[in-house]
Amino acid sequence: MMNKRSALARRIVEEINEIARAIGREVRIMDICGTHEDTINRGGIREILPRNIHLFAGPGCPVCITPVEDIAAMMKIAEQKDMIVTTFGDMYRIPTPRGSFSDFRARGYDVRVVYSIYDAYRLALKNDRLVVHFSPGFETTTAPTAGILSEVVERKIENFRIYSVHRLTPPAVEYLLKEGTRIDALITPGHVSAIIGVRGWRYLTENYGIPQVISGFDPLDVLLSILMLLKMIQEGRKDIENEYSRVVEEDGNIEAQEKIERFFTVRDAKWRALGIIPKSGLYLRDEYQWLDIRSEIDAPAMELPDLEAGCRCGEILRGLALPDECPLFGRVCTPSTPVGPCMVSSEGTCSVFYKYRKRGMGAMENGG
Amino acid sequence: MMCLAIPGKVIKICGSTAIIDYGGVRREARIDFVPDVKVGDYVIVHTGFAIEILKEKDALESINAWMEVLGGNDE
Repeated sequence: MMNKRSALARRIVEEINEIARAIGREVRIMDICGTHEDTINRGGIREILPRNIHLFAGPGCPVCITPVEDIAAMMKIAEQKDMIVTTFGDMYRIPTPRGSFSDFRARGYDVRVVYSIYDAYRLALKNDRLVVHFSPGFETTTAPTAGILSEVVERKIENFRIYSVHRLTPPAVEYLLKEGTRIDALITPGHVSAIIGVRGWRYLTENYGIPQVISGFDPLDVLLSILMLLKMIQEGRKDIENEYSRVVEEDGNIEAQEKIERFFTVRDAKWRALGIIPKSGLYLRDEYQWLDIRSEIDAPAMELPDLEAGCRCGEILRGLALPDECPLFGRVCTPSTPVGPCMVSSEGTCSVFYKYRKRGMGAMENGG
Repeated sequence: MMCLAIPGKVIKICGSTAIIDYGGVRREARIDFVPDVKVGDYVIVHTGFAIEILKEKDALESINAWMEVLGGNDE
């Protein structure tokens, strides 16, 4: 097995080197998925690429870009009525000027970490108290939310609500392109694509001329995707190709899309440290507004600073800097003493870089 | 809420949930979005929901197939 893997890796890397040499110029490839970034770091992929091929990370961490105002508003709401607040483990520890959900729990409020919105829903079934799920995530996580909401409606469950901070990924890439982040090619997230299909990304290639490859999560998947992107660049093709065809279909998961469409409508929305991104936020439709806790209890509008002074999470999310370019990284800011959201979430670029920083060069040696 | 890259094998289906086996570790997952799923299928699960059925369970198989399509140097 290992031999087969190494032989494949060597073959892909050799071809990458050959094509990179032929291209000659600098190529900037962006990924926008925390798990891809993990794969890249785990496989030492940055280190084995030719010098003119640069990988950088975009906003692939949904809890990192969840607005501080929403986290603070959720806490304000929970102060006004007895409830159990549920959210994911990463979200629980995200710092804000008003503290994290973890700090909120330390103040005596009932906040619980769940692995799935299904767990939050089951908590509501076994409980008379109100359960409110603070619900971040991209398309892949929005589908489960819509699935559970469907059951809440059908079974007339009265003590379950959400606070949606769901976001769409393609509009964020479009925003970065318009704002001037240079992206020559995109490693397109595999599991967002499982939901929205190849189809959901095609407009970025058609409108902006960006070659894309939808990629799986094995280091070999990512290496192969880089090779496929470089081949397109060498040949001057602007296409979207699907390396992860063992999972992703052209049309995506129609059942999931229909559920999302049934409950959610798209509006402009804030991304922490990035600003307002047009048509990027998912909000409940008017007829399902009652499923959002904000329809019942309102929190005062507030404006809070996104990041502490010196934190470069914003530039990192825009693909303008890598963590080791931040003076706080690994010194003041570590996973046990995080300054910004990118160091907290396991999907955050800083957290991923920190996790693998003590490792040497990748196991796959440079063929060129 | 990271993407779980490892496929799990469906070993039991009951209503809208299934028991998924990850090489001995078993987890429950909702199967709302994979209505055609059968026992023995491999699925990708994200935050407790199966989001897709795998067409090939072995990543290497599909990567190898891609390399044939790309027609690189053979070793």
